[in-house]
Amino acid sequence: MSKHHVTTTINGEPVEFLCEAQETMLDVLRNTLNLTGSKEGCASGDCGACSVICDGKLICSCLMLGVEAEGRAITTVEGVADGEELHPVQRKFLEHAALQCGFCTPGLIVASKALLDENPNPTEEEARYWLAGNLCRCTGYDKILAAVMDAAAEMRGETRA
Amino acid sequence: MPSLNYVSPTTVNEAVSLLAGASGLAKVLSGGTDLLVQLRAGRVKPELIVDTKRLPGIIGVREENGGFVIGAATPGAMLEAHEGLRRTYPGVVEAVDLIGSQQIQGRASLAGNLCNASPAADSVPAMIAAGATAVVVGPDGRREVPVEQIPTGPGRTSLAKGEFVLEFRLAPRPVRASDAYLRFIPRTEMDIAVVGCGVSVALDAQGVCTEARVSLGAVAPVPLLVAAAAEALIGSRLDDAALARLDAAAQAACRPITDKRGTIEYRTKVAGVLARRTAAIAFQRAQGRG
Amino acid sequence: MNYIASKPELKVVGTRPVRPDGVDKVTGRAQFGADMALPGMLWAKVKRSPHAHARIVSIDTSKALQLPGVRAVATAEDFPDIPSEEAFVGEGPMNFRDLSRNCMARGKALYEGHAVAAVAAISQAIADAALDLIEVEYEVLPHVIDVEAAMRPDAPLLHDDLFTQGLAEKPAKPSNVAKRVAFKKGDVEAGFREAEVVVEGRYTTQPVHQAYIEPHACVVSVAADGQAQIYSSSQGQFMVRAYCAKLLGWDLSNIRAVPLEIGGGFGGKTLVYLEPVALVLAKKSGRPVKMVMTREEVFRATGPTSGGVIEVKIGAKRDGTIVAAQQVLKYQAGAFPGSPIGPGCMCGFAMYDLPNVDVVGYDVVSNRPKVAAYRAPGAPLSSWAVECAMDDLALKLGMDPIALREKNGVRDGSKTHYGPSFRDIGFLETLAAAKNHPHYRALLGPNQGRGVACGFWFNIGGESSGAVHINEDGTASVVSGNPDIGGSRASMAMMAAEVLGIPVEKVRPIVGDTSSIGFSHLTGGSRVTFATGMAVTQAAERVVEQLKARAAQIWEIPAEAVEWRDGAAYPAGSNAGAFEPLTLAQIAEKAARTGGPISSEVSLNAQGAGPGFGAHICDVEVDPETGRTTILRYTAVQDVGKAIHPSYVEGQIQGGVAQGVGWALNEEYIYDAQGRLENPGFLDYRVPVASDLPRIEAVMVEVPNPRHPFGARGVGEVPIVPPMAAVGNAIRAATGIRMYDLPMSPPRMRVALDSAKAS
Repeated sequence: MSKHHVTTTINGEPVEFLCEAQETMLDVLRNTLNLTGSKEGCASGDCGACSVICDGKLICSCLMLGVEAEGRAITTVEGVADGEELHPVQRKFLEHAALQCGFCTPGLIVASKALLDENPNPTEEEARYWLAGNLCRCTGYDKILAAVMDAAAEMRGETRA
Repeated sequence: MPSLNYVSPTTVNEAVSLLAGASGLAKVLSGGTDLLVQLRAGRVKPELIVDTKRLPGIIGVREENGGFVIGAATPGAMLEAHEGLRRTYPGVVEAVDLIGSQQIQGRASLAGNLCNASPAADSVPAMIAAGATAVVVGPDGRREVPVEQIPTGPGRTSLAKGEFVLEFRLAPRPVRASDAYLRFIPRTEMDIAVVGCGVSVALDAQGVCTEARVSLGAVAPVPLLVAAAAEALIGSRLDDAALARLDAAAQAACRPITDKRGTIEYRTKVAGVLARRTAAIAFQRAQGRG
Repeated sequence: MNYIASKPELKVVGTRPVRPDGVDKVTGRAQFGADMALPGMLWAKVKRSPHAHARIVSIDTSKALQLPGVRAVATAEDFPDIPSEEAFVGEGPMNFRDLSRNCMARGKALYEGHAVAAVAAISQAIADAALDLIEVEYEVLPHVIDVEAAMRPDAPLLHDDLFTQGLAEKPAKPSNVAKRVAFKKGDVEAGFREAEVVVEGRYTTQPVHQAYIEPHACVVSVAADGQAQIYSSSQGQFMVRAYCAKLLGWDLSNIRAVPLEIGGGFGGKTLVYLEPVALVLAKKSGRPVKMVMTREEVFRATGPTSGGVIEVKIGAKRDGTIVAAQQVLKYQAGAFPGSPIGPGCMCGFAMYDLPNVDVVGYDVVSNRPKVAAYRAPGAPLSSWAVECAMDDLALKLGMDPIALREKNGVRDGSKTHYGPSFRDIGFLETLAAAKNHPHYRALLGPNQGRGVACGFWFNIGGESSGAVHINEDGTASVVSGNPDIGGSRASMAMMAAEVLGIPVEKVRPIVGDTSSIGFSHLTGGSRVTFATGMAVTQAAERVVEQLKARAAQIWEIPAEAVEWRDGAAYPAGSNAGAFEPLTLAQIAEKAARTGGPISSEVSLNAQGAGPGFGAHICDVEVDPETGRTTILRYTAVQDVGKAIHPSYVEGQIQGGVAQGVGWALNEEYIYDAQGRLENPGFLDYRVPVASDLPRIEAVMVEVPNPRHPFGARGVGEVPIVPPMAAVGNAIRAATGIRMYDLPMSPPRMRVALDSAKAS
């Protein structure tokens, strides 16, 4: 089979690429488009390190084919910050030391942003369940939850940036 | 190397003829959360993938005469966001919500969960308990089948070549009727059910159960509809005696295996536990819909 | 060396700045092992044994080589058959011959997943297809998985040249028991005769994997003149270089190992799997080669740590004084010798001042992947048994479990059963902080229980290098030789900034490659903040001496008459006030005219790492019908010496607890009857997810280590030692049932609940 030609939007920019039918979106992001921020930890949807937002839905890019991106809009970790300005979730991860090795961090940043996009006022338990698909082996999740809850409060205007 | 083709038809007829006409293995792609894992691991080697997500109506929930029509490829996250469905069939929605992570919810569909035909699929016992039917399309046209008739064994379904599920139907619900789904997993999230249980009940004005359906997952090659467990509930107000009968009936229906996720003994005992706990929630919800 | 931990004016050390590599990591810019690419690179994949134990009769790679796009294949034939030689390059001693045969099976495949061949091709898909074309003929041999089964005289033998070491005389026949180790203190039999209360138990654990989220990955290139570059994620670029040079017979100077960001290691990346194979393929193909493991390969072929059987017996007087303690430990090594049996034998009883101790340990091979270090290697298994027995003892004596530990706990001068005596330790302070924590007195509900357990780790020092360079604008660069696995760049920058007296934001730390910084032992043993921190601190102190000399030169006064404070030189003594102070930036600006660049590199072999102790309190609730255990509350108290960056110290403690909770409740390697791993993925190898855990409160006790410039102790390993017993003891308190086997998973718990009800 010849490769598929895909026209899509990634981080707000129009993108075209060629891919084989069996290539996953994660393969395309990392190997074709050099967007290596999304990580492969398992390739089976169990770790969340490849999380992206596709048409407003949080998904694992390892469980989406590259060809399925046709006409969709995808946000990766590279598109979470607004240029030089970090997203509140990113800033709070830094302030709360919510990362150690940093490998799961891109997926957690994307998943946390998706959570707060949908639910600006989550309880800690809701945030824990939302993030259950993002494995972190370093932190015990404690500081991650602190960062997410603090980012939520800031985005609601309850605390100062 | 064998090559794989991908198509995303925009009409049902086109999809059916592609699936029916494939010379080798053709797989239907909806959410892909099982299929892509199997592809990656080399467990399936299809020559054709038919992505159904661009078919009209296959994504979305619509209310029809008080019941619901759910597009087969509707992602879980969309079902959870549907107020009416959540109110009327909370058991189905909570079962869908338990399939994998939030990321999985962004893609995984009822049709995929059903047609992957895992004995442990979370949404299936809930749909069986709720009396859901699947609308199947194929070369011979369209048929409507009770959900419990689709899986025939681990990884096997009753769908013929060229057939796929287009939508699911849930009937209108009387007052004082509701459902619930519980599963047992070792962690709080991200596991495959060791046991799953769906219970749907209707009560009369006095709170006595008039109709019931009980379904168990992960305790047999296919999700079970357990008539004896339903009979244990009918005519009761869920008193201790009814709960004991339910527990015994659920355990008696189990034909599980011992594997890395649980033993025969454990699955059987927990099936009884979950049946009681799920029924209690379903009763409480039904009473709340008076 | 100045001991300045107690000085009140610390400005940087002890604060919580944003880590210097943080922005790259929250924006996806940070480059990990698999993110690297080189022009023209090939992708390589490994063919692995489907059998737990098999003789390799033949390997035919000809069909694979004929596949268009395949550029090279490798088998054991392509590696020198090196002699048995042991050295201490990683976290424990390593036999190079074994390591070579672990990277590529020679003659026999010793576990399912053992590498038997590799292929490099122009794409991943072609490499995958080529693997299927490599024909391996196996003669399947009987296998053994269980540690005690492997010790039996009639067990299938993995190595016909393995004779048990540590016996009075060399045994006549080979066996799977690689080593026997023993430690004795006093007279344990006399001790037990004296005892009024005795507790004992036989505890088992399953292997658990470090389960770092980043799979192993590397990209290598080899030039025609033999100069090689390795870009990989590991716990030590010098370790990678040393192992590759040894396994391939190459000169160290021809290999440059460049550390990429490491996505977790926990001990599991202290040895090599892919790099030597990639180098062979790169040399054969003349092209750069990239290798990335799948998650399944990580589980089948790397790590894990040992499982084992641990028998423990403790005798005490009625007042709680322990008079005798005995332990027999049998640790799985995997396919090659080298379980952490030594530390296992030392750590279990290390926390208690005991007159009579007898500990015997066995290092046992079986058809499982070769074990790798995992956080406090050996200690968690041993302490799981001892800390449960201590709980039983407290119950039998009617004593508070913390009081029992206080009565017997080690203090300055206590002599261990393995030799050394402790000094400057903070175990009693740690216990006191736990006892006084409100958690210890909080109320519990039905089906709930509270457990306490303690943990110990030696912590190590060792060879480290650090350099401090003053830039022309008065900022500084810090180079160290240790991969930053959990925020160590931040602590290096902070220690340098503290000494230099400048804001930490003015200090940029990097991790150097093997050609840009002096030798550094790998990141492990909780050594980096201590040992590499010492090198960086000393380098910064030498830079300060240079800065003072430059100021003296500018002022034309003796260097001794210059003081350094707050990032500036001040004239002192008789010259005090004679000149305006010169800031670091002002001196740096004049560096060219006062003698040239200002910098210093220090390489040292750090001694005097301070041992660490922890005391954990855990509340659980056990569902009596499903057997599921929920962790309700967790408090981890630890003596950290001095927290350089408290947030990352807390993070180490919280992360260790989470791993320990996984070990306690759900994580395990599950094998089928053919010796094949049944759960090689995150779906069924169940590490804790966010919703499994409560907040984990980390309480830092600071009893300074006087042999570190700021008083730091290693902190990363202690926190994984107590959780298994803390959870087990909490379950005992909630249910009255003592669990002896890990993991305490729901099915196992329900069986225990049912049999308790029946009896």
